[in-house]
Amino acid sequence: MTRPLMTPVTLLTGFLGSGKTTLLQKLLTDPDMARAAVLINEFGEIGLDHQLLDRIDDNVVLMKSGCICCTVRGEVADALINLDEMRARGEIDFDRVVIETTGLADPYPVLQTLQAHPVLRSHFRSGGVLTTVDAVNAAAQMNHRAEAVRQIAAADRIVLTKTDLAGDVTDLRAALARVNPVARVVTSDMGASDILGDLDAVHSLIEPDACGTCGHHHDGDDHDHGHHHHHHDDTLGVVTFSLTVEHPLDWTDFGIWLTLLLHRYGDRIFRVKGILAIDGEDQPVAVHGVQHLVHAPVHMEHWPDGPRHSRLVFILEGIDPALIRRSFHAFMRLDDTTGAKAA
Amino acid sequence: MCSLCGILGCDDHWTSAVDRPGVYSRNTDRHARRSEGARRLKAANRVLDFRRLKMSEFHGTSYVLKSPTGASRVFDALSHLWPEAEALATRGFDPLDEELIAFMERQ
Repeated sequence: MTRPLMTPVTLLTGFLGSGKTTLLQKLLTDPDMARAAVLINEFGEIGLDHQLLDRIDDNVVLMKSGCICCTVRGEVADALINLDEMRARGEIDFDRVVIETTGLADPYPVLQTLQAHPVLRSHFRSGGVLTTVDAVNAAAQMNHRAEAVRQIAAADRIVLTKTDLAGDVTDLRAALARVNPVARVVTSDMGASDILGDLDAVHSLIEPDACGTCGHHHDGDDHDHGHHHHHHDDTLGVVTFSLTVEHPLDWTDFGIWLTLLLHRYGDRIFRVKGILAIDGEDQPVAVHGVQHLVHAPVHMEHWPDGPRHSRLVFILEGIDPALIRRSFHAFMRLDDTTGAKAA
Repeated sequence: MCSLCGILGCDDHWTSAVDRPGVYSRNTDRHARRSEGARRLKAANRVLDFRRLKMSEFHGTSYVLKSPTGASRVFDALSHLWPEAEALATRGFDPLDEELIAFMERQ
């Protein structure tokens, strides 16, 4: 039995009725998923008796003091520890875990539990967020349900379901790209390797210019000298905003700034993702955050093609991007107009 | 231990990630940790000065925040810096606040 150093945990989320369980049922028949353990918190109708099952109730313990490490999703933690102990005793074997969340769940608390729990963080790591989107009903859900938008914004990969019933999904793809330009969109009729391949949070970071994937024209977007661009989805109130900086960044200043920004505004910053040129480092560093949480920074092996500039993408709601830009430059001691190190 | 929530061993801050293949961390050896700790104090104090707070190391394993009146709070991870600073200052640290941005721009 080979035990991975850190077992990836993939979250399968998606709005009620968006086809999570059907997708899970399909994935579990795929040989690539033969060594996956599954935690499910909504018992569906499908038979999963050949798989590992556990039940998680939807309890979130959030202490009033508001410190982010206080957010502990107790029974998810207990279930994962139980699986790990069973594996250690040789009773079961698995090399990845998939957690199917409820249709109304925000993925952030589970991700936070993985990172903050004193035991879990030594045995498990985020294996990415997979969000199912019902191609027939998604447009209406995105307009009326904030949970649906948050689930899409948190996704590393979006799986379009029911495409056979929906007809042309061009407009839906464009709407998804406005909410989350950094997630790859696949369809549920693809194989497990296409749906889950490189979903791992580490690998999914290696996208040289996330905004280049959004399929939108950015007015004045020359990716130059610390300039930024953003675009709104007026119907959803969601803004995608990117920032490009030529000058290498001070890692410590960046850590202090991003920590403070997410402390104050994490509930309105659905995602932050970026590739950074760090002062004194030849290789780029990728950062990846969901709400108040930032995953362990990834030391990438090489720069993607193109200029070696830092690029940050934010998906946010109700925050003026221009203020983030000013704050970033002030905290990073960069000139606000040239992006160069301030005197 | 986090003084706010009482959870032991929660130095979970992303800039203190456990050094392992593929992860960028300055939490690699004693020298690197000390160097980064010194840089971290300097960077944090630039911001904390906005509310006249001062952060320093506490026994090499934790941090202590002090106010101008002598009140102090001890914590052991950067994750707790801003909640602790706001509790000690009894006012917020808002990185998008025009006054704080202007303060940082003047430095």
